[in-house]
Amino acid sequence: MADVVSRDLPVSAAGRRLSLHKFARRKSTIAFLMALPLIVIVACLVIYPAFYSIRLATLNKSMQHFVGFGNFGFLFRRNTFWMVVEQSVLFAVTAVIFKALIGFIVAHFVHNLPAKGQRKWRGMLLIPWVIPPAMSTLAWLWLFDPSYSAFNWIFAHLGIPQVAWLGNPYWARFCVILVNVWVGSPFFMIMYLAALKSVPEQLHEAAAIDGANWFQKIWYINLPMMRNIIQITALFSLIVTFANFDIVKVLTNGGPVDQTHVFSTWAFTLAIWGNDIPLGASVSLFMAPILAVAAFFILRNVRRRGSEA
Amino acid sequence: MYSSRLTRRTLLQTAATTALAAPFIHGAFAAGKLTVGFWDHWVPGANDALTKLCHEWAAKEKVDITIDYITSQADKLNLTQAAEAQAKSGHDVLTFLAWAAAAQTDNIEPVDDVMAPLIAQNGKISEGIEYVAKQGGHWVAVPACVGSPTLPSCARIDLLKEYLGVDLTKMYPAGAPADDALAGKWTWDFFLTAAEKCFKAGQGHLIGVGLGPTNDSVSWVDPVFRGHGAAMVDQEGNITVKSDATRQVLEWYQRLVPYMPKDAFAWDDASNNKYLISGQGALIFNPPSAWAVAVRDAPKVAQQLWTFPSPKGPRGRFDAAVPFFWGTWKFSPNKSAAKSLLTFLCQRYSVEQTVAASHGYDIPPFADLHDFKTWAEEGPPKGTIYHYPPRGDVTMVIPYSPAPALIANQIYAQATVPKMIAKCTVEGKSIDQAIDWAASEIEGFART
Repeated sequence: MADVVSRDLPVSAAGRRLSLHKFARRKSTIAFLMALPLIVIVACLVIYPAFYSIRLATLNKSMQHFVGFGNFGFLFRRNTFWMVVEQSVLFAVTAVIFKALIGFIVAHFVHNLPAKGQRKWRGMLLIPWVIPPAMSTLAWLWLFDPSYSAFNWIFAHLGIPQVAWLGNPYWARFCVILVNVWVGSPFFMIMYLAALKSVPEQLHEAAAIDGANWFQKIWYINLPMMRNIIQITALFSLIVTFANFDIVKVLTNGGPVDQTHVFSTWAFTLAIWGNDIPLGASVSLFMAPILAVAAFFILRNVRRRGSEA
Repeated sequence: MYSSRLTRRTLLQTAATTALAAPFIHGAFAAGKLTVGFWDHWVPGANDALTKLCHEWAAKEKVDITIDYITSQADKLNLTQAAEAQAKSGHDVLTFLAWAAAAQTDNIEPVDDVMAPLIAQNGKISEGIEYVAKQGGHWVAVPACVGSPTLPSCARIDLLKEYLGVDLTKMYPAGAPADDALAGKWTWDFFLTAAEKCFKAGQGHLIGVGLGPTNDSVSWVDPVFRGHGAAMVDQEGNITVKSDATRQVLEWYQRLVPYMPKDAFAWDDASNNKYLISGQGALIFNPPSAWAVAVRDAPKVAQQLWTFPSPKGPRGRFDAAVPFFWGTWKFSPNKSAAKSLLTFLCQRYSVEQTVAASHGYDIPPFADLHDFKTWAEEGPPKGTIYHYPPRGDVTMVIPYSPAPALIANQIYAQATVPKMIAKCTVEGKSIDQAIDWAASEIEGFART
């Protein structure tokens, strides 16, 4: 018996070494090991905080007792919360529509520029997107400043009545959306430009032979070919815009009279100024399931079209 | 045979005997390490004086001290305390803004043993500040002698003389008590008249008060309400906003708002300063930081600025205070050193230096520490901030006290009162609708 065991040992050890060697040489293992640092970072900085904020949202104000969905129940009874929901939707949807529209138009202009100067234009048009929004919004704040607005200075010289850019709720909403569109349009432009580059030129040539005008080329060729990119870009931007913080925080701080607050700024006010971290966490989590459902359907459509193709 | 073999038992015995027999040697940092998070002062040079004092204390007490100056810009100070409370790790001593210490009562070490001797030595703490610093009968934090301002009036001597015929330097003379007869006329009713006269002068020199969601706006409205006997919530947490006094004050605001800058509801804490320093504003409610910046950037404007108490109402004269507090976490490994440092920084010797370094910006919370020569000597014009510390009939208050601290915190943080004013002025709602809205908001703040 002892002999059998001693004879078996080297064989099984060698086998294990072989299978470990095989396992280590597998492409999936190498890919996993190479992605591991990123996975660890995502786990630490995204997944853990996400679950931690879910836990916080289930605690009472002093964070000592579990209250389940009590914080959400409380929020649903507050008028200010529903005002913030309305404003966040208005802010995100309006901004994404305008960003998509402007990005689409500018992408076509840039695409039709001569190849020689195109790179310079692309670089210049990306500037609003690459400047940190907190910095560029500060510059916008000076342009809209309640007392020293540069725009009002020009208006005064032209004899046009001055505008309370950030003092009037409607103008304040206009301003935060405008700045968001200014910052975000280049992202749409560059994504659409990349999509346009992949549309085969032969399709346009064939359409031209058939007598199609510029609008028909866009409608029947470009739009269908760009559909996936348009949807993914819009989804991505919608999520980011819903979570926007810096523009509103710097420009209006949610004012006047809460009329420009969005989820993140109101959550910050409740959690950090008001020392009610669980309620702030609940506000910031409110949109997560809705956006997750939207993301599911959009990505499913994209996948289906991908498999049909 | 004698064996010299070293066993585990003999090693431990030898080590213990040596340790007990060894004399206590005061090493360079014998009392350990201390990390401190102080507020990054607006006034240039104020941090240096505090650093010098801390190092003086550290050298004497043999403590290895590390100081971080944390700005309150972009709420970094609030974020730091929230993060440290969550992580149960951080500075041994941290600065807390206004209600933050009260909100962290469960996490910070009571400082009754520090406060009792300090009060005996430096005089009592104003009721408004004690209300926040003392929770459940215990001092939870030390009211900070550095960086705590009040928001009295800061006005243009020339403009108020021209438009209103008032000589501020006679009403509140430098180095002397207020002229009772003249100061008695400095009321909220007179303030309304002043706003109207400044507006009607047509020169664009308006009373520069904001009604936005930030500190300055939220703070200055409280003395108006308090001066008329109106309170949002009483000491027991009962909602008291539905009162005739509140209606009276809101009617007063309905008359005031047309004479204010039209974008006043979008003002932040910098707006009123800029309005004054640019030469436009006739009066703002602010600590002397606006004046200090004017000395540097607009000397001609600074020459005409005078700081003096807020107007009074039928129930008294109040200056809003937004104090800082120094606290030490329960998880701090060196609480004894932390308490020793806080005691040292509240000594008359230390406070006199920090007040001088801040050019009089800091208002010590102790009643007997309001007699430093700094306030009489600062200028130009000389004595401009003599009446900045609360003197005479002025009571220093934290806005929205005596409501329980956590409710008052929400009223302050959510700018409920400026919003209530906005509802019945620019939003076209009736006074009763505005009050109902505020009552509904406050109901929500009472959640536990």
